Amino acid sequence: MIDTSTFTPKTVYVTYIAATPEAVFEALTKPEFTRRYFGGFAIDVEPRAGGAFRMLAPDGSVHIAGTVVDWTPPHRFACTWTMVSMPQYALPDCLVTYDIVQAGESVRLTMTEAHQWDIPDAILSGGRAGWPAILSSLKSLLETGKPLSVKMEPPKEMLEALNAMNR
Amino acid sequence: MSKPAFVYVTYVATSPEKVWQALTNPDFSEKYWFGYRVKADGKAGERMTAVNPAGRLAHDDPILESDPPRRLVYGWKPLYKDMPDERPSRVSFVLEPFKGQTRLTVTHDEFDDGSKIFGMISKGWPAVLSSLKSFLETGKGLEPSWGEEERKRAGEP
Repeated sequence: MIDTSTFTPKTVYVTYIAATPEAVFEALTKPEFTRRYFGGFAIDVEPRAGGAFRMLAPDGSVHIAGTVVDWTPPHRFACTWTMVSMPQYALPDCLVTYDIVQAGESVRLTMTEAHQWDIPDAILSGGRAGWPAILSSLKSLLETGKPLSVKMEPPKEMLEALNAMNR
Repeated sequence: MSKPAFVYVTYVATSPEKVWQALTNPDFSEKYWFGYRVKADGKAGERMTAVNPAGRLAHDDPILESDPPRRLVYGWKPLYKDMPDERPSRVSFVLEPFKGQTRLTVTHDEFDDGSKIFGMISKGWPAVLSSLKSFLETGKGLEPSWGEEERKRAGEP
């Protein structure tokens, strides 16, 4: 079992979506959706707590791997993230939690990125730049059928901080 | 300790001009800002006003900067009597074209430590800006999911 109490929330993003909780949960957990709004990555997840979780690049390589911590459709999906595509930095795992709540006629989706170390703001800038783009695109996809064009590069300050850490 | 500041970024599939219009013209704001008529189309030194769905003035604040369609800054002091009496805070909108879309960054700062209004706006902006995005992309804003106090302030039954 993963002890989630060792993780502290560092980045929170809230968006309201005109969709059902079931549709939002499906968009977060099915590859045919994530491929369209999550930088082309396909989710591969075992639908149970303790199951394996991966995000696969279009060439099939593993970008992120982790373990499902909470699988409660359609309200909560949480998993740990190991940044497999950046092994040179040996970053501690983070915990990503999606909470889905009915709010009037829409759904409030809250993404919480939590860490178990004193992570500098410069490294957090990656998620802080990426999440608004990814979740804005998810909202557009569910409401209009069309995702945004939001392929993003890691921010310069993040790469500099990671490289400085490794020296 | 740094002072409280709220930052929210959203991407909207439309031009900065359309986002600007939605942020400054009350005929547009009414359709996504949960019935509030927000007028902020003046120059720096002029006023930003917001009228609630019941016709009451909810804001009458100075426009601090206006550079259409790129940057808009105004003061923020709610006029409702039941709101905490705090010094005016500041709202900045930055609109950047991004691959035929707009990246909108909203920063709400200049709060004192322990501000109660900071907690309220941190809940409010994601709802307003999500509705703005829906309105501009689909033609339809979101329905409000207000609590009891907000509904009373807006003059709704």
